[in-house]
Amino acid sequence: MINILTVYGQLLIKALGQTLLLALLGLFFACILGIIFGIMSVLKSKVCRVIQQVFVDIIRGVPMIVLAFFIYFGVPYAFNNLLGVRMVLTALQAGTIALALNCGAYMSEIIRAGIQSVDVGQMEAARSLGLSYWRSMYRVVMPQAIRTMIPTIINQFIITLKDTSILSVIGFPELVNTAKTVVANTMDSFSVWAIVGVMYLIVITTLSKVAKALERRLSYDRKK
Amino acid sequence: MKKLILIVLCLAMVLCVFTGCGKKDEGKVWIIATDTVFKPFEYTDANGEFVGIDVDILAAIAADQGFEYELRSLGWDAAIAACQSGQADGMIAGASITEERKNTGWIFSDGYYNATQCMAVSADSSIASFEDLAGLTVAVKTGTQGAAYAESLKDQYGFELAYFEDSPTMYQAVIGGQHVACFEDTPIMAASIKDGDLPLKIVEGSENEGGDYGFAIFNSANQELVDMFNKGLANIIANGKYDEILAKYLG
Repeated sequence: MINILTVYGQLLIKALGQTLLLALLGLFFACILGIIFGIMSVLKSKVCRVIQQVFVDIIRGVPMIVLAFFIYFGVPYAFNNLLGVRMVLTALQAGTIALALNCGAYMSEIIRAGIQSVDVGQMEAARSLGLSYWRSMYRVVMPQAIRTMIPTIINQFIITLKDTSILSVIGFPELVNTAKTVVANTMDSFSVWAIVGVMYLIVITTLSKVAKALERRLSYDRKK
Repeated sequence: MKKLILIVLCLAMVLCVFTGCGKKDEGKVWIIATDTVFKPFEYTDANGEFVGIDVDILAAIAADQGFEYELRSLGWDAAIAACQSGQADGMIAGASITEERKNTGWIFSDGYYNATQCMAVSADSSIASFEDLAGLTVAVKTGTQGAAYAESLKDQYGFELAYFEDSPTMYQAVIGGQHVACFEDTPIMAASIKDGDLPLKIVEGSENEGGDYGFAIFNSANQELVDMFNKGLANIIANGKYDEILAKYLG
């Protein structure tokens, strides 16, 4: 194990950096998608709600490994051969898109559930006080909704961080992909997977602790 | 009372499951792990049969040496872990014999296959030598000699590697233009391009000197298996069976 750490330690740390980069990019775009689709799902417009439902059904109905292959190979293939437009996606771009779509779909459902968990009376009261729809949403409903959403969102963040490992199949040099290379070179699978497991554990535990602190700050008026 | 009977029955069932474990007698069946797809060493053919050079060589050697075995197609990573954990006795998966692997405790048989490695690029590519790869990314398959060859060149010529788990995905990444070139065993590359009618070409002068593939065990208590493998291998090479198998898959 010491041997592997001295020879491949640097490579694995670099790979962890790639994992974090991919997770951050994926989560950033997932938040944008999640907020857009989440709000669409609570609007009065039927079209908006149907679009959100179709989006969630498609993304939730396809395993991420299939989605990753489809985006990395299928989309450029369609562009090059069917549309005749030269287009190439890097593994990072394809991975970010796959993560963002996948996590975005779940996020939109979390946001929908969060907003819907706030009593309708809150919105009605705000409207009858003369606030506009968006102002009531922003000032009254959202602050209450976010507090309910936070634990689930953190959970989704952690799942997404771990889901980056699925993108090892499209050759992105994240932690699992790199670990497989090290296993192949040394054929010492236990030491390598033990090291990788500990690396994930450290990162995710840190993230959980930060999230817990954030949660406490946001729910200052609740009983601890 | 009913509960007691139920518990006893459950225990009996669990015991039945475990009675299969741990029995060791003269009719030992060696468990050999292998990869899922590493054409033409192991793959599932059009008839759904699991075939390949490794599969046939192992069958020929087992017949020659008179030992029984059960081949399990686990995948490359799982095969390694299975041998280390004792779930399998040995593995034959086109594993290259390297010092680094021996240092972690693996025991290899004599080489049963020697091949050179080469680079292939998209059929319409302008890349003609390693120098043209500077700053670009090349696709390789995890754990292969091709990957080792590319690793040995990457610093000198300044290119990056992307690792894939199987050959079809690696080829697809070059055909689709995601990466500019791939590295693979020359006979395998030639056979794949021909059989699959792939729009790839082998770059002239990109071949190396080659390396050996070996049968491997992790637990030294299974040394007997390696000895039988070596003896059997020498016999099938002598009687022409070995050349027959290679000709069957590499044409």
